[in-house]
Amino acid sequence: MSGFKVRQPGLMTLITDGGRIGHHRIGLTTGGPLDPTAFAWANRLLGNDPTATALEVSIGGLVLEAEVDTWLVLTGGELPLKINGQEVERWHAHRVKAGDRIEAGFSQMGARGYLAVSGGFDIQPMFGSTATVQREKLGGLNGQKLQSGDLLPCAPATDGSGFRLPKRYQPNYRDAAPLRVILGYQQDAFSAVQKQLFFTSTYRISDRADRMGYRLEGPAIPPSINGILSEGICLGAIQVPSDGQPIVLLNDRQTIGGYPKIGSLFSQDLARLAQMLPGTEISFTPFTQDEAHNQLLLNQRYYSMIEPIAVTP
Amino acid sequence: MRVDVAGENSLILYFGDTTDPRISAQVQQAVSDTERLLGDALIDLVPSYASLLVIYNPFVIDHLEVRKRLQSLTNYTTAGEVTEGALIKLPVWYSTESGPDLEALAQKADLSVDEVIALHSSTEYRVYAIGFAPGFAYLGQVDERIAAPRLSTPRQTVPRGSIAIADRQTAIYPSASPGGWNLIGRCPTRMFDPDSDPCMPVQVGDRVGFEPISKERYLELGGEL
Repeated sequence: MSGFKVRQPGLMTLITDGGRIGHHRIGLTTGGPLDPTAFAWANRLLGNDPTATALEVSIGGLVLEAEVDTWLVLTGGELPLKINGQEVERWHAHRVKAGDRIEAGFSQMGARGYLAVSGGFDIQPMFGSTATVQREKLGGLNGQKLQSGDLLPCAPATDGSGFRLPKRYQPNYRDAAPLRVILGYQQDAFSAVQKQLFFTSTYRISDRADRMGYRLEGPAIPPSINGILSEGICLGAIQVPSDGQPIVLLNDRQTIGGYPKIGSLFSQDLARLAQMLPGTEISFTPFTQDEAHNQLLLNQRYYSMIEPIAVTP
Repeated sequence: MRVDVAGENSLILYFGDTTDPRISAQVQQAVSDTERLLGDALIDLVPSYASLLVIYNPFVIDHLEVRKRLQSLTNYTTAGEVTEGALIKLPVWYSTESGPDLEALAQKADLSVDEVIALHSSTEYRVYAIGFAPGFAYLGQVDERIAAPRLSTPRQTVPRGSIAIADRQTAIYPSASPGGWNLIGRCPTRMFDPDSDPCMPVQVGDRVGFEPISKERYLELGGEL
């Protein structure tokens, strides 16, 4: 099968789908897109299955060469998209033909871009998912990020359809609103004063920020207990080791761990965090499980109400 | 049982706060009960020593309904019999060559290397949790005399199959990875193989015994140096 040839892999480009769900019991993490909404839009703008296999391009630097005629779209962060050297719109389906050179340049704002093709890339799933988790050596091609020379197989799409999403519906990666935190887990190991400090301070994303966790720097909130009996860690959990510096756990987190946790980030804001680069300053605000649930349903409703506009080739 | 909030679509159930086979058995019971009570609304479960993380689909159920359905789990008692999981025997090549921390651990424990091996291999362990990495099984409890704290500086790479001790836990590294546990030997059995079915020889609740073998036997069984 032909598809797309990787000319330059960029800093970190991963093959991904909706994530590896339901295998925590053998220690497998979920992986999957750090910004699920931008990922879902990439597939939707091509009329694909919502979890069809696409690429997550971190920071940028990806160069592909098409070997098939198909549609392609780039959503997510502001990675300048060029086809044969000419800059074209993001959040907008484009026709590409065999021989075209596609570049996702370095991001101006927003760390993760999502590149999808009609019908998705044809990758062998492992444990029900094509999502690359490098730490586990699972998914993608040999469990690794893209390398120069890789072939990304996909079927040609001679007709098919493409859409674009008007600017007003696209996420704003400059949004500096506080990130919403649902208190939980070992929240009692943090005093009222520490919680107050946590919710009124500014934290900085450190250089130690990857798909497993974002380590923050700011006012220390050391928990009153050193460790706990290892227990399950959900997406977005905020663990605080004895140095008091919070670590937000992302898609490639370990499934169990023994550090006290103050609560968890709301998933919509976890995706916003994952779009930010080291050095960005952030703050937190409390959110309840009820508010989070309500917001999730509203977001889903909003997403389904938006009608993307058909693109004529 | 206590129920706490974990995240926007997850609750964590606590059955105690110690490593105890009776508590672990309750967690096992809770796994099958939760699967039955939540059905399709369940996304995933993470059982551990004394807790169960329940992740549900927030588009079909909410935390109030999950709490209501899991109400019956509060009736568990520790008086019940501890269910015995399958017994899995794993061969281990214990040596100072395959276990670079064996000698230091013996010295600290004021025991001979052979005594450490005897204590480690004569205990039957329970699989309390699987996590950290694919197929990484937390086994307990190690004899108090050979319990050892994690290394102050973790190793960059621990070879696959390494048998290790941290506090009163022991484990087999399923793949080469960084790690801070004390290494005392190597096991030739693959603990995680994505191409096999099942992909792991053990599951939570199983019992594990270790059988000392020679370096020759280790190599015969496919062990790598």
